[in-house]
Amino acid sequence: MLSKILFFLVLVAGAGLFAFQIWRIRKNVLLGRPDDRSDRPIERLRQMALVAFGQQKMFKRWLPASLHAIIYVSFLIINIEVLEIVIDGLTGSHRVLGFLGPIYDGLMWLNEILAVLVIVACMLLLARRQIMKVKRFQGIEMSESKGLIRRRNYSHIDAAIILYTEIILMLALLLFNTADVSLHNMQGLEMAGAFPISGWLAGMHILGTNEASLHFMEGTGWWVHIVGILAFLNYLPISKHFHIMAAFPNVYYSNTGLQPKGKLNNLSSVTEEMKAVLDPEYQPVEDPNAPKRFGARDVTDLSWKSLLDAYSCTECGRCTSVCPANQTGKKLSPRKVVMDVRDRLEEIQKFKLSVDEEGTVVAGESKVAGAEEAAAHTLLSDYYVSTEELNACTTCNACVEACPVNIDQLSIIVDLRRHLVMEDSNMPEAWMSMSNNIENSGNPWGMPTASRFDWAND
Amino acid sequence: MSLNIPLMSDLAAEEKTPEYLFWVGCAGSYDSRYQRVTRAFVQILQSLNIDFAVLGPEESCTGDPAKRAGNEFLFQMMAMQNIEVMNMYQVKKIITACPHCFNTLKNEYPSLGGKYDVVHHSTFLQSLINAGKIKMKEGGSFKGKKITYHDSCYLGRANNIYEAPRSVLEALDADLAEMKRCRTKGLCCGAGGAQMFKDAEKGDKEVNVERSEEAIATGASTIAVACPFCMTMMSDGVKHFEKENEIKVLDLAEIVAEEMEN
Repeated sequence: MLSKILFFLVLVAGAGLFAFQIWRIRKNVLLGRPDDRSDRPIERLRQMALVAFGQQKMFKRWLPASLHAIIYVSFLIINIEVLEIVIDGLTGSHRVLGFLGPIYDGLMWLNEILAVLVIVACMLLLARRQIMKVKRFQGIEMSESKGLIRRRNYSHIDAAIILYTEIILMLALLLFNTADVSLHNMQGLEMAGAFPISGWLAGMHILGTNEASLHFMEGTGWWVHIVGILAFLNYLPISKHFHIMAAFPNVYYSNTGLQPKGKLNNLSSVTEEMKAVLDPEYQPVEDPNAPKRFGARDVTDLSWKSLLDAYSCTECGRCTSVCPANQTGKKLSPRKVVMDVRDRLEEIQKFKLSVDEEGTVVAGESKVAGAEEAAAHTLLSDYYVSTEELNACTTCNACVEACPVNIDQLSIIVDLRRHLVMEDSNMPEAWMSMSNNIENSGNPWGMPTASRFDWAND
Repeated sequence: MSLNIPLMSDLAAEEKTPEYLFWVGCAGSYDSRYQRVTRAFVQILQSLNIDFAVLGPEESCTGDPAKRAGNEFLFQMMAMQNIEVMNMYQVKKIITACPHCFNTLKNEYPSLGGKYDVVHHSTFLQSLINAGKIKMKEGGSFKGKKITYHDSCYLGRANNIYEAPRSVLEALDADLAEMKRCRTKGLCCGAGGAQMFKDAEKGDKEVNVERSEEAIATGASTIAVACPFCMTMMSDGVKHFEKENEIKVLDLAEIVAEEMEN
């Protein structure tokens, strides 16, 4: 009875804390500007099925994709087992889904095989990161610590925590199963489920034959597994591993597969002003929700979808590894831009900053020490994304194409550029003359309009 | 020598509307290298009696580089002016040799009131070849020669046009050699996003040098492109390696104009 109550309390605490964390992230995402993505639900579902559920874009790189797929499939299947554990824990039953017979046998069998494969996959992934030091996992956003909210060099620690935790969870599962099978063997009892790995280990009496110690190890394995899962669940929202949840809505709401990637949105606030410029009779439509500034200076000026993008990023670096600017030594790294958006959101929350009527992040009522200083760190600044980084982008869409969870890095970059140019008049001199030339002569070089047709005359 | 290119304004005076507007673009109009592509493309259109006209001095920058640089005001100003001109001439179908113009006209003009059927010249040439209207010469000069095709970002990733330019090249019976990074993984030439009009940011290599190195490594004697900016960047890259005598950078239209039966 005591263990049932204890389990109930652990479960409620774990689930409650997780619910709070989801609410916290949702609140942050909603700091973004409205952006209607309620269109084409069927196409979006299809996109989510292929890209998120089916991991379509992962398989451009087969080795990491295969290792990732093992862990992913195991995660999906283990959820069924977690359901059983929860029922067992609350009711005191033992392997309550055993009545499923051959289906249960199959699930348990698969679970055990996957557990071993997951351990192997995690070890290989750790080796890629820590021994082989794959280039994709390097970069300033992975190493430099500037006292940001989530330290940049945390990425590697984060990855290690995730991979070791997964190994521990699988070992705990195998411990529980092996002790359970050993006990059943000793007592000569039939047992539901098929256990290829623990059956083999139990056959070798690897855990000994002392009944009391086997009971203890069975209990330890079971508790470590379920408490570990609940702890891991609550680690997700403060980790890059949150992608396992965010990827699904993120892909659903993304436009990447729904429209040509070359299409940038047209700012409707500009359209209204422009129509009035070109036609003095035109009465601009007053939109009370219109942004107070052009482009984005801070995360609150970005679409909510860009903010969800930031929480969906697992810092894999596929975007940065294909970025032409980054690959030729420029400062731009699309992964850093996405991480900066997330870090800024976390900063706003940590320092309890607020947003004023102009959409500017301010310290407001916050009593947290350092709030004033934190408020001044806008996304568009050398503290986060610098002008030099933004100016290096060729808008080639390689990052957008590469992202396995359909993050749209380019939209963030273009929104920041818009603010630089339209609000700050901050652009390279060459772009200044390009703009003047386009405006005055209708071409970027400033050639005379009258000679535009000369190509046909010689 | 005049090429006798019909202007929309002249046709309108005769109350005629051509089937296609050929959108020449700024590079096609002013860049001396890309003017040759414009002429080659026009030569193809004329030899097939395709009913088209150009805007001539009434054409302006689509606003693409302004938009990508962040100047949405200037972009929309250009777009609205161009749309006004095209709607006045009742333009329905547009062909263009510039992927940047293509992308902007096709994807970004509709919500500003400019709804046209926009085709890039690679797709247009492919359809003419498929329809048997363009036939390649027997024993053409590319037969068995190695050609590599450099994907333009604004055709490829931006608009999913990967096969049309390749199928145009396949019609030459040439040996199409792919670069290590091609199609969805194609490396940018370095000029998109208005980079064409400014110096690159500080780094350790120029993007076009990186890309040209890869193109040269295929051993191809021709680098085929389908974009005026890629043309400039790849030509400069080839010159950087002092290979301009061995390796030619040509646009699809130039190759087709040279190799088609008249």
